[in-house]
Amino acid sequence: MNHLDLLTFARGSALNWALIIFVAGTVLRLFEIFGLSRKPDLARPRIDSPGSGWRTMFTRSIPPQGMLKRDPVTYIGGYAFHLGLFLAIFFFAPHIEFFRSISGLSWRALPSALVDASVVAAIVSLIVLLAHRLNNPVKRMLSTFGDYLAWTVTFLPLLTGYMAYHHLFVEYTLMLALHIFSVELLLVLLPFTKLFHTFSVFVSRWYNGDFFGRKGVAS
Amino acid sequence: MSATLAKGINAFKEVIDTPIASYFSSCVHCGLCAEACLFYNETGEEKYTPIHKLEPLRRVWKQEYTLLGKLGKMLGLSRPVTDEELTEWEPLVYDSCTMCGRCSMVCPVGNDITYMIRKMREGMSASGHAPEDMKSATTRAINIGSPMGIKWPAVQAQIKHVQAETNIEVPVDKMGADYLVLMSSMEIINFPEYLSAISRIFKQAGVSWTLAPDAFEATNSGIQIGSSDLAREIVSRIVVAAERLKVKCVISPECGHAFTAIRWEGPNLMGKPFCFEVKHILEVLDELHAAGKLKTKGKDKRPLTYHDPCQIARRGGVVEQPRRLLGEVAEDFREMPDAGVMNWCCGGGGGVSANSRAEPLRLEAFKVKKRQIETTGAHTLITACANCRIVMEEGMEHYHMKVEVLGLTELLAEYLVEGE
Repeated sequence: MNHLDLLTFARGSALNWALIIFVAGTVLRLFEIFGLSRKPDLARPRIDSPGSGWRTMFTRSIPPQGMLKRDPVTYIGGYAFHLGLFLAIFFFAPHIEFFRSISGLSWRALPSALVDASVVAAIVSLIVLLAHRLNNPVKRMLSTFGDYLAWTVTFLPLLTGYMAYHHLFVEYTLMLALHIFSVELLLVLLPFTKLFHTFSVFVSRWYNGDFFGRKGVAS
Repeated sequence: MSATLAKGINAFKEVIDTPIASYFSSCVHCGLCAEACLFYNETGEEKYTPIHKLEPLRRVWKQEYTLLGKLGKMLGLSRPVTDEELTEWEPLVYDSCTMCGRCSMVCPVGNDITYMIRKMREGMSASGHAPEDMKSATTRAINIGSPMGIKWPAVQAQIKHVQAETNIEVPVDKMGADYLVLMSSMEIINFPEYLSAISRIFKQAGVSWTLAPDAFEATNSGIQIGSSDLAREIVSRIVVAAERLKVKCVISPECGHAFTAIRWEGPNLMGKPFCFEVKHILEVLDELHAAGKLKTKGKDKRPLTYHDPCQIARRGGVVEQPRRLLGEVAEDFREMPDAGVMNWCCGGGGGVSANSRAEPLRLEAFKVKKRQIETTGAHTLITACANCRIVMEEGMEHYHMKVEVLGLTELLAEYLVEGE
């Protein structure tokens, strides 16, 4: 199999299978969560606070007072990584072209240099966050194989994408195939690792906001 | 697996619901919850990281309610939860968590860790892994009527004392009263000022109220130990009395966890919404104040600071009321750093103060409260929870601090305009 065949495979059936597992896994995990259900809260809410859960989905991204100072590495690293990854996934011209090919939707890309910078920021942040995880006693204690696996499969698409874009070390066609494979690995593992917080974070934040909102406390 | 362990694991399985599944699914092991926890902050020991305290519950969730976890269990790849492990976790779940809710406020993925600790205690107590002191407190609450073993005659004695002191009749079993007043054991034993203050304030405001011999105790050890059956039994006494006397509202005393027990857990334990309201005493006083029925004269000249009890502020939504009330009687009111919904716990909530084994840790954790108080420079500390009050008094004695602690209701009564 030459490099072009490999790329064709990566873009073809490998991608299809990865997407199928990703979608099916996500649906399964959501069923696992919502299938458990919960009892309605019979205590009269303090105030009619519609939207408290929905608001918390977004407001929880802001560190509570005093917390940024307590662990700046986690907060700043976390912001830089998430923002960098988001821009790279959704605003890099070739990625938008990919989304258009499968959904018909397209939007304006950011200049490649800006995306490039955001990828560098995400890569650097991930490395810093990994070092922090290994150094900080609390994080080290909490960390399992799953945490390092999640880190690796998130890091690889960024690294291979960066190398492909800059034509570094490996022949471009092969590098592109490796980049796509790494994304597929990420897609396959996302529903079954902590990376599932991509989706479940909106559920957990909603409940938190709703519970506190009923008690009259903005969370 | 022993029968009690099986009971505990079953209780774990029963309490896991959609919120808990979403919380465990979302946790990214960032460890920020540790930064919010007074026990971690004051000891620096990573085992006090809030989410870590839930590890056995997490594994039961994974092994029972996720496909991968079930596969792992079938193939013998996962580690089952054992009695030894729960024994090891007992101090983490009970001694080093006051269910203060600070971690739930900071978790970036929104995990309400406190909610999970409350649920996890159901399995811990079902499997026999609750602290002995809390077991006996709960037994006393069920058999005698109060966790500290107080019976109605003790309250009667206090009523007599208050009546002699104030010349005001304390109403008992008054049908159709607007308010049913509850107390905490701590108030009955240590702080009789509360009943006296209530009598005087309500007399002046023209409030119709009553005590009930079958429902004077507001605290609920069943909730702290994590036994919903016992908690229901305890809360049902209040519900029965409130319905019998046809009161419009039940007043939770100056006690944090009692408020959570009646206000938020009560209807859920009973399986039906209440036909009466439940308010914390500070809410009632604030309403009386707003209606012009609570008149005070003069102001306290001492520098005062206020400790927000966790279950009243962060987990109860009563934050502005004490400040408005203090504004009436305090000339030099000083906020502590982190006051309000991010206040630090006294260290004794959630049953910790009832658990003698936890005392050294509780005193260690008190250091954050000590710093908060010292920053204000005040030597008079006001609060609205008798349990916080006794815990802080003990803490301050331990650290040789010269700070007086007062209940807010009692402080207001001192400046009350009477006899108009």
